[in-house]
Amino acid sequence: MTEPGGKTVQKNYLNADYSIKSWLFTLDHKRIGILYLLTICVFFAIGGTMAALIRLELLTPKSDFFTSDTYNKLFTLHGVILIFFFLIPSIPAFLGNFLIPLMIGARDVAFPRLNLFSWYIFTLGGLIAFGALVVGGVDTGWTFYTPYSSSFAQTAVTATVAAAFIAGFSSIFTGLNFIVTIHKMRAPGMTWYRLPLFVWAHYATSVIMVLGTPVVAITLFLVGLERVLGIGIFDPAKGGDPILFQHLFWFYSHPAVYIMILPAMGVISELITCFSHRKIFGYEFVAYSSIAIAIIGFLVWGHHLFTSGQSRFASIVFSFLTFLVAIPSAVKIFNWTATLYKGRVRFESPMLFALGFIGLFTIGGLTGLYLASLGMDIPLQDTYFVVAHFHYIMVGGAIMGFLGGLHFWWPKITGRMYPEAFGKLSALVVFIGFNLTFLPQFILGYLGMPRRYASYPEEWQVLHVLSSAGASILTVGYLITATYLIWSVFCGEKAPANPWGAKGLEWQTATPPIPDNFEHRPIVREEAYAYEENVKGAA
Amino acid sequence: MTTHQEAIEHHPDELELGHQFEDIEQQTEAYTVGMWVFLVTEIMFFGGLFAAYIVYRALYPEIWYAAHEKLDKVLGGVNTAVLLTSSFTMALAVRSAMLNRWKAQVSYLLATMAFAITFLVIKYFEYKEKFEHHLFPGPNFNFGDPGVPNDKAQMFFNLYFAMTGLHGAHVLIGVIVMIALVIRTINMRNQRQDFIPVELAGLYWHFVDIVWIFLFPLLYLIGR
Ligand code: HEM
Ligand SMILES: [Cu+2]
Repeated sequence: MTEPGGKTVQKNYLNADYSIKSWLFTLDHKRIGILYLLTICVFFAIGGTMAALIRLELLTPKSDFFTSDTYNKLFTLHGVILIFFFLIPSIPAFLGNFLIPLMIGARDVAFPRLNLFSWYIFTLGGLIAFGALVVGGVDTGWTFYTPYSSSFAQTAVTATVAAAFIAGFSSIFTGLNFIVTIHKMRAPGMTWYRLPLFVWAHYATSVIMVLGTPVVAITLFLVGLERVLGIGIFDPAKGGDPILFQHLFWFYSHPAVYIMILPAMGVISELITCFSHRKIFGYEFVAYSSIAIAIIGFLVWGHHLFTSGQSRFASIVFSFLTFLVAIPSAVKIFNWTATLYKGRVRFESPMLFALGFIGLFTIGGLTGLYLASLGMDIPLQDTYFVVAHFHYIMVGGAIMGFLGGLHFWWPKITGRMYPEAFGKLSALVVFIGFNLTFLPQFILGYLGMPRRYASYPEEWQVLHVLSSAGASILTVGYLITATYLIWSVFCGEKAPANPWGAKGLEWQTATPPIPDNFEHRPIVREEAYAYEENVKGAA
Repeated sequence: MTTHQEAIEHHPDELELGHQFEDIEQQTEAYTVGMWVFLVTEIMFFGGLFAAYIVYRALYPEIWYAAHEKLDKVLGGVNTAVLLTSSFTMALAVRSAMLNRWKAQVSYLLATMAFAITFLVIKYFEYKEKFEHHLFPGPNFNFGDPGVPNDKAQMFFNLYFAMTGLHGAHVLIGVIVMIALVIRTINMRNQRQDFIPVELAGLYWHFVDIVWIFLFPLLYLIGR
């Protein structure tokens, strides 16, 4: 594609060509990663704004800012946009696309055209979701439960379901691309057991994307058909079974929660080793725990149906299986902790995000165990306890991982350093804001506050106000981050090739990487994370 | 597998190599793995419908039996034969491509296409007949047998149309792919050609065939 540039300015993937066309038709995985970054940030901002409006409404016990109809539409689009258009693609489509070929020493992903196509359909799906918002919104909740979504909702359900359907294909293609790339494009010497754990995590994620997404796609498609043609596969009035919808939906959507968290775990493994300057403890265990999560994740969907009327026996089995899935997650936590122990730990900002991740994910995971116990779930089902549970994992975990990874690879991606002091400040503010937002929600749920209501009894106002205050702090945290990162693109210091002294092939190429990734095909001669330990012990 | 390997070795370097690959062999393997993963997603795609089918058939076995009587077993059987034959001609097309016999390849592809279109035409008449007898799901659905609840019978036809419809769409896509392959082969008739596209299309076509092999007994032959 390019000659290795002259001595003057080094050609890299950013300055190789400045035209808009060169971006919109690029086949370079790094540029496609950047395209995803820009799109998902827009979606994050919009979904986040809706969250702010939700918290605004809940400041007071009465529903006084919005009608309940509007409120229903707010939380539905909040969920749809942030789950399908932010969390699911965030780390894989942006960091995964950017990093996987670099990390395994390949020139690109296996199917660059498919990769670009994925971005287009993803964006198209996002636009349709907005279209639905403009046309009148959706009020079914992000889970689209039938028969409400299929026969009764008067809102733009068809368009929204179509949007999620289309975005699903982007996810399927990304997963397909990663699987083939990881199998077939590794540089000489890059054996499976030398792969960075980030790559293992993405391999497991891709398996879920490929096996799960088609099922939700066909399910949403059937909901669309019910609305358009009036057939009734899930409609009890026509002999259909709405519980079947829930089974099919959660068959994807439970594993999908791991699509959101596994890539973040991959990021954390990279950060923990780099900043404790130590080989990761129990590499194989961490690698296989990703695979185990992917597999077991497919067996536990029924824990979302405890109160749906599925058989008691099924509930007991699903409850048991759900406990099992906690084991591989705990393995990761233990191995990270063991790596930190005796490591030479440096508290740079990516590391602060990583430590935040561990804390928040642990809380989220443990409360998952509460919910997995049949007796506990009956009173807690559909309360704020559940809301807090999944936000601890998805916002506390996945977004901490996303921000940690963003800061860690920022110098490699942009060629610029961000101001480290601000990075630390942002990690701190986000952490505090997050906990203030969601800790009160555990208590609210425990007290019995149901989810998806715009009004509530007065005695819960204090907790809601705390939560809303936390949300404002969280917003400030995100805004600080956005500001200094954007600033650094234009005015930041030039970054050295490897600012953190990290291992991994992506740090051995130019910063920012050249269009072909490497001047010569790298040959891998050492294990992953071969940090020199015990050398200069006093340092 | 041996022909596969030999065919790769016969190929000189003049074949098109994507910028992301090191050599033709890597490219071939990547495309093949990619196709298999794609077929796995396809299986899961149909899997959701099969799951729904199993649930409802277990719930309403007698209604299922009554409803399936309205399908035309003869047309379904003819279509099964047509599709199986097309799989055979497709395999011959792949083989001709490996041996670099472009004329044979084109004629086998055209034959496969003809069978595929025959399949769709027959399906069209089946659908049309269901329409005319109010057996298409929706407000006008009328099973016409007082002993069988209308809504439950409709469920059978929901699934019948969803499953055969999705399958039919796959047949149609197959036809489009074959048109593209024929054009490509004729355009490149004087060069040595990469047989991988035909081989992958072949895999796809066999998959479409296999799905039908499941659909036919499940929908048309219940209780035999
Ligand atoms: C690993 C990351 C996890 C994520 C991202 C996650 C996410 C979620 C989400 C989004 C929901 C709510 C779905 C809805 O109704 O809208 C939920 C509910 C639930 N989660 Fe998790 N979860 C995770 C881990 C766990 C773990 C480890 C367990 C148990 C060991 C667990 C058990 C449950 C249960 C039982 C429910 C159903 C609660 C109810 O609706 O009553 N989760 N989770
Ligand atoms: Cu779940």
